[in-house]
Amino acid sequence: MKRSLLAGAVAALAFSLAPPAQAADPVKIGFMAELSGPQAALGQDMLDAFMLVVDQNGGKLGGVAVNVLRRDSQLKPEVANQIADELIEKEKVPIVAGITFSNIMMAVTKKLTTAGVVVVGANAGPAPLAGAQCSANLFVVSKQNDQFAEAMGKYAVDKGYKKVLAMAPNYQAGKDYVGGFKRVYKTPLADEIYTPLNQLDFSAELSRIAAEKPDAVYAFYPGGLGVSFVRAYQQAGLIGKVPLLTVSTTDGTTLPALKDSALGVMLSSAWGPDLPNPANQKFVTDFEAKYKRTPSEYAAQSYDAALLIDSALRKTNGSTENKALTAAMKAADFKSVRGSFKFNNNNFPVQDFYVFEVAKDAKGNANIKTVSKQLTAHKDAYGAECSLK
Amino acid sequence: MSLFLSQLLNGVQLGMLLFLLSAGLTLVFGIMNFINLSHGSFYMVGAYLAAATLARTDSFLLAGLAGIGGAMLLAFAIERLALRRLYARDHLDQVLATLGLIMFFNEAVRMIWGSQPVFTAQPSWLNGSVELIGFSYPSYRLMIIAAGAVVALGTYLLIHKTRIGMLVRASSTHPDIVGALGVNARLLNSLLFSVGAGLAALAGWLVGPIVSVQSGMGDNVLILALVVIVIGGIGSIRGAFYAALLVGLVDTMGRAYMPQITRQFFERSSADAAGPALASMLIYLFMALILAVKPNGLFPVKR
Repeated sequence: MKRSLLAGAVAALAFSLAPPAQAADPVKIGFMAELSGPQAALGQDMLDAFMLVVDQNGGKLGGVAVNVLRRDSQLKPEVANQIADELIEKEKVPIVAGITFSNIMMAVTKKLTTAGVVVVGANAGPAPLAGAQCSANLFVVSKQNDQFAEAMGKYAVDKGYKKVLAMAPNYQAGKDYVGGFKRVYKTPLADEIYTPLNQLDFSAELSRIAAEKPDAVYAFYPGGLGVSFVRAYQQAGLIGKVPLLTVSTTDGTTLPALKDSALGVMLSSAWGPDLPNPANQKFVTDFEAKYKRTPSEYAAQSYDAALLIDSALRKTNGSTENKALTAAMKAADFKSVRGSFKFNNNNFPVQDFYVFEVAKDAKGNANIKTVSKQLTAHKDAYGAECSLK
Repeated sequence: MSLFLSQLLNGVQLGMLLFLLSAGLTLVFGIMNFINLSHGSFYMVGAYLAAATLARTDSFLLAGLAGIGGAMLLAFAIERLALRRLYARDHLDQVLATLGLIMFFNEAVRMIWGSQPVFTAQPSWLNGSVELIGFSYPSYRLMIIAAGAVVALGTYLLIHKTRIGMLVRASSTHPDIVGALGVNARLLNSLLFSVGAGLAALAGWLVGPIVSVQSGMGDNVLILALVVIVIGGIGSIRGAFYAALLVGLVDTMGRAYMPQITRQFFERSSADAAGPALASMLIYLFMALILAVKPNGLFPVKR
């Protein structure tokens, strides 16, 4: 017993006397996303796109070797919290990227940013973090959650729809997405239908819609829910009769399961595979070549996150000293796959938003096609509440 | 009026779906006294196997055969290898083991077919809709109603009118006597378990074209199936049938009319918050009500 204690003490001493990390050591980047469970498709797209950039640069970002530590947050805030602790205390990472869901982001961001870790969000963009709780260490490359919905609201105004009915799952993000739509589409909605998150079947709601005959239906059903919802909408014979305006419902993660049943569905996003800028063309070609599937907006956002980290580390010559790194991040000196891109005062993007339609592409597959640009250099609604400059 | 009728039909359709899901569960739970939480996994495996077969052969019926047959074989193997050791142990051990199986199967289908939901189509001969009195209804959904009715009749006849059914019923109450009469009770259990899994897979095959076929699709469904068998009386096929129809109708009618009803009583904003919440609670309230009146469910099985 005594001997092993002594051995332990010696080992600990030896460990603490070990030379400090050399500059040549790879920069550790924690990548946290949903990599298992029902929503793993989103996380997998994010991870694959991020690793695409790292692999193309020979395991480097910004000219320095990086070590990407993949962590599965399992859509459980308590698991995400443990991962954050581990990344801060044990791995001592300077950067954490990824983060798929808003509730996960709300759970870990404060802990990470106060520990001096720079967080590069590649999907979630909850309102509180864009407003009063914004941080100089948090950069959200994707969007503020309300923005896709605002673009769709603008589209509904432009189209002159008078009677719009909204449908979403009954949880916080569902209400936020309807709220964002209403901020721009000011006409009172004909109705708002909130369905339980685990609902199997939408026929009761769709029978009502068929009877009420609105000008359009606005819907937010992410992931697998979107597959069931759009399927049911199509089978009820509503596509073509009542325009379906969606956000985060029909995208690269659900189209493979929907195929032609989603033809004619409208969606809004900041990114589509046919955006004409060269960075995007390269991204789509490379992604399809490597992973044999069409990328989603989650992949595009995460690809941009990797490019942002690449540009920042290049500016600092690989140093992860906090002040230099955040200043380099804020400059957003990279070619985004979404075209023009810069950060608002709260480190959320200022970017363009488009409306797309699901249509057949050149290969005859159902894919998303640009219809119109709805918002140009659009800022989120919460920047004014943030104290950052 | 035609809206009400089509909502009624929606309710019946959901009920039939729930019946297909809960028939196997109630058999295994009631007759073998075994809690099988992994029942939803066989539903998922059935859906995946059917989707994979459909993609290769383009035949809806072959897809069904592969889905059901594959899930039954899998269930037979799992029962032999793992679950049969658990029959003599208490329910908590069974819950623990089958919960583990859920995780195993969820990750296994993800490793094989990826995390994206997979595509399955309904057969083209069921693509249209049928004109009923004053409204049209998708023919595929009518087919689900018909399939549920056939399975209900079939299992009823199997359990109550055949020799196998008699042995199954007998071994649920007097397993030792049945064994003493020279019947292989263990084989009977394995068969019963795989028939239950086959029914779940049948449901998975049929719902493939209308829901999202993805890892974890069986988890939510399991909760509804448990509600159904508790209301119907554990072990009773007849109970599961009526309970599934009632749950389907209560749930559909609740979702269709609850928001309007709450608006009659409260002002708009609080009604909009209360309506959907009440509608999603309705089946659980219904279950509580039934259990208060009939603690063993609607059709308790006599022991």
